[in-house]
Order: sequence, then C-alpha cells, then structure tokens
Amino acid sequence: MANPAITASGIVKWFGEGEARTQALREVSLEAYFGEMLYIVGPSGSGKTTLLSVLSGILRPDAGSVSVEGINIWSLGGDQLADFRLHKIGFVFQDYHLFPRLTTVENVAVPLILKRTDWQEAIAAAEEYLEIVGLKGRADLTPVKLSGGEQQRVAIARAMTSQPDILIMDEPTASLDGDTGQAIVGFVKENVLNERRCILIVTHDSRIYQYATRVLKMEDGRLTGVEKGGSS
Amino acid sequence: MRGILKLAYKLLVNDKAKFTALIVGITFAVFLMIQMMAMFAGILNRASATVLNVGASIWVMDPAVQTVANTIGMPDYVLNAVKSMQGVSYAVPFYSGGALVKLADGTYQAVTIVGLDDTTLFGRPTLIEGTLEDIYGENAFVVIKDTEFRKLENPRIGTEFEVNDNRGVIVGVATVASSGLFGIPTLYTTYYRALQYLPNPRFTISYVLVEPKTPADVWRIKQQVQQLGYLALTKDEFIDRISDFYKYQTGVGTNILIMTVMSFIVGLSISGQTFYTFVLENLEKFGALKAMGAKSRELIAMILFQASFTALTGYGLGIGLCAVLIRLARVRLPDYASIITFGNLALAFVMVVIIAAASSYFGVRKVLRIEPFEIFRG
Repeated sequence: MANPAITASGIVKWFGEGEARTQALREVSLEAYFGEMLYIVGPSGSGKTTLLSVLSGILRPDAGSVSVEGINIWSLGGDQLADFRLHKIGFVFQDYHLFPRLTTVENVAVPLILKRTDWQEAIAAAEEYLEIVGLKGRADLTPVKLSGGEQQRVAIARAMTSQPDILIMDEPTASLDGDTGQAIVGFVKENVLNERRCILIVTHDSRIYQYATRVLKMEDGRLTGVEKGGSS
Repeated sequence: MRGILKLAYKLLVNDKAKFTALIVGITFAVFLMIQMMAMFAGILNRASATVLNVGASIWVMDPAVQTVANTIGMPDYVLNAVKSMQGVSYAVPFYSGGALVKLADGTYQAVTIVGLDDTTLFGRPTLIEGTLEDIYGENAFVVIKDTEFRKLENPRIGTEFEVNDNRGVIVGVATVASSGLFGIPTLYTTYYRALQYLPNPRFTISYVLVEPKTPADVWRIKQQVQQLGYLALTKDEFIDRISDFYKYQTGVGTNILIMTVMSFIVGLSISGQTFYTFVLENLEKFGALKAMGAKSRELIAMILFQASFTALTGYGLGIGLCAVLIRLARVRLPDYASIITFGNLALAFVMVVIIAAASSYFGVRKVLRIEPFEIFRG
C-alpha cells in the first residue's frame, strides 16, 4: 500500500443539546491511502456522512485529529481550511448540487473560478474534463437537460477540475439506476483513480462493492469491521 | 475576484423570472420616487420663477412676504433708504402684480404684470422679437413666450389688448428661464406704466432689487435693511423661503414626502423579498460553494454584487422611465411641472442603496449561517 493520504485518530462527534444530545462518531480511527478507492458503508444514521465531513474539513470534530498529507487540518484557521478544501479535496455531492442557471461547462469550471483562474482559461480546462467524462457535446446545456447519470458525470468532472488529491463521493449511486450507478463508479475507478489520488466513497449500495480497494463497515458511530480489503 | 463576480452575475441574470421581478420592483420604486420628487421640484422651481428670471442678488421686501407672488407694497422711502445704504452698488424698484387683460375677441385672461425700473430695466427678459427701446413707447408691453403664451392668443408685435380700460400693445416677444407656477401669461413693462395701468394701494413697490458692491457687503446690507423694519434676502435665500412655504405650510411637501416614502417602502418590500427568496432558493448552492472552498468574504461579495447590480440597473431604468414619461407628458401638457434635479437623483440613489443593503443583509446572514455539512446531509 502507498503512503497514507488521510490519517484519522480518535474522532468523536456529538450533535444536539441536553436530552437530545447524541454521539454520531465514537473514537473513530482510520487510514486512507493514495491509489485506493475506500468505501465506508453502513445503514442510515450510522455516521458515514458525518465521518466523511470530518475527514474532508467540513465538520469540526469534538475530539480527535485528522491529518491529510501530514497536515493536521483541524489546526487550520477558517480561510486556510477553505483553501485546503479548494486545493486538496474534490466533492461529488449526493444530489450533485449543480447550478441549474449555469451551463454544464460553467458548472465544471466553478472550482477553478474559485481558485481565481481566468474565466476563459477555466472554461477551456472544464471542456477538457467534460471530454474525459464523455460529455463534451453537452457543454452548453444546462444541467436540467441532462439525465441523472450525465449530471453525476458532470459533478465528477467538476470535482476533478481542481485536480484534488482526495476525491470525496457521497452516495454516488443513490439517484441512479443499478446499471448507470455501476457504470459511473466503474468509470471513476478507470479514469479518476491513480497513484497520487485517494477516493473516499460513502455508500450503502452493495452492487458497487466490486470496485472498492477496501470496504469499511460502520455502525452506530463506530467502524465495526472490514468487508473487503485489509484492516481499517 | 472578477471570475467569482461573473459567476454571481450569471447566477443572477440567468434566473430570468427572478431577475425580471427584481428589476421591475426596483425600477418601479425608483420611477415613483423620482417622479414624486421631480413633480415637487418642478412646483418649487416654478414657484420661484420670478426670482430666477429677474436674477437680482438681493431682494428687499416686507417681512411678511412668503412667496414672490404674494407681494406687500412698500413705501417709496424704502427705495431711497436702500439706495443710500453702505455697500449698495445700486437699487431699483420692482413691481409684480396680477391683472385681467381683455383680448381682441372680447375674452378676459388673467396675467402677471412685471414692472421694471424705468431707467435701467434691471431684470429684463431676453428679447427674441422687437427691440428693447420700444418698451418706452406708448402703451408698450413685452410678452413672454412660454407655455402660457398661447392663452393670449399667440400675440405678435402690434397685437393690442386692454388692461383696466387702458390700451396695451405688444412691442416685443421675450423668453425667460422658467415659467410661473399658476399657469398665467406674463407681460413686462416699465415700473411707472405698471403703476399707471393697474389699481394700486398706497404703497406700490413690490420689491427693491439690490446689487451689492462686493459679496462681503451682503451681510451689512441685510443688517441695515433689518434696522429699517424690512427684510433683505439673497436670491438663494428667497428661493429657499418660497420652497419652505410650499413644503411646510401648504401640505404639498407632506403629501409628496408621504408618496415618496410609500414608493420607497413598496420598492424595499418587492426587491427585498424577491432577493431574499432568490438567496433562499440558492442557499444549497452557496453551501456547496462553501464546501468546495469558497471563503465567506467571497460569498458576501457575490451577494453584494448581485444586489448592487440589480439596484443600479433598476435605478438607471427608473430614471430613464421617469425622463421619458416627463418628456411624453410635456408633449400633451406643456405646463407639466416636473424636473429631475441632481438632488432628486442623489436622494433616490441613497434610497436604492438602502434597498440593496437591506435586501443583501438578510441574504448574507443566511448564507453565512449555512453549514456545508448540511449539504452533505442533504
């Protein structure tokens, strides 16, 4: 296995106040490596998405630490953390969160625009990524004119444009039929995963387990086992 | 930052329904605000028409005078006293009064008759027909060619009429900077002919027009006139006094103010609510941007840009619409008193800035509170 991309240890996260206070993550520790496609699976409410948010610098844990490429991300300030997400992490959200008023190519260019890349350069780069995901001919359409699978591919292209070291995918097949879902994840493994990149996927769709390097099982805020691959 | 602002621009204008609603709201509000203020400015401008047209530096009058039309006659000694005051370069009598003229077809028409100092003709209008010396001719009057001119049946040089059973004849046609407020034509003649032709009370001087030797003498002249028991006002002070009368003592100002405030509230409500809805509908997208690495100040810049762009576009369209309407109204109604002043534009701009600031404030608050984690949770 290559170098660890993410090292998390003793992550604890609570939600709510008083009697409604619940523990979402209980002392979770894991390592994710470059070149691997790591799945975190488990039933709804098990804490998968919370863990993904903590690992990607979106949700601050109550205890524990997360190191990405040797940097303790939760010691960073607000702007530094935003820069970290912008430069190191690519997100593919469950509902894609594409901008319906922008064209497909403009959607893909958004991370580059946030990086202050010139508009035309960003659009040109976005067109290349659209070509990679096979949607070059759809560049000028708005997302609402695309199918679910195509929207998912646009979201993947958007996550790839900033050339992140870590790609985070939340329930990538939740809105897709079985065949399309498998095709998308297969495509990601084939075209996006490489030795310098780590892909973290949260899912409860067992039909796509075949593409995983490792599958970690989560229940009630704890990593409870490994369904595929080595140790957590 | 340019790319981020372009992104904000596209998110705004590509949502055509919302953008149109926002623009229409602000345009309508600006139109109403400017229109109300333009009407009021037009009324005030016309109320001060004589002061503007005559252009004297200092006006001496009875202290009870509130508007230029409501004159209170002063005795002749006031003129002599003012002439002898320190700092006075020259002082001339000025008459302004109302009269009825009988036209050639036998109908009567109310007019304002202005009597200019016989020696200097100080405050004379700009002649466009005839010669100035003819005003000294028998029964001579100069008619002002303004929007009321047609009410005298479009007189020409030589046209005759009657004033108080006296014959009058037009010897010149002139223009002035501003028409009067009350929609009646104006005739100029010499001071003494005005006194001869019109019935007068014991005291006949409406105003004494004064030119100081230096600007520093204005204060001294005002002091001396006050000691005499009269009031001396500079041109601007007299215009302000007339404006204050219409603003505060006629109800016109209050009504216009109420309408302007209502327009502002309507604009604020429409724009504020629509913009807030726009931000709410895009809240998840702003959250996604935050998750992707957009900083809070960049999101604030996006919202402020969207609000400012909408406000300024609506502001420009509102002014344009108002200008077009005033222009069109003047085609049908030459007397239509509406002028857009820089002061009105500045006030409307301030109101639009408040609308934009209030609209974006709630949007910014909402966007800053959204947690990217909420986007993950769906």
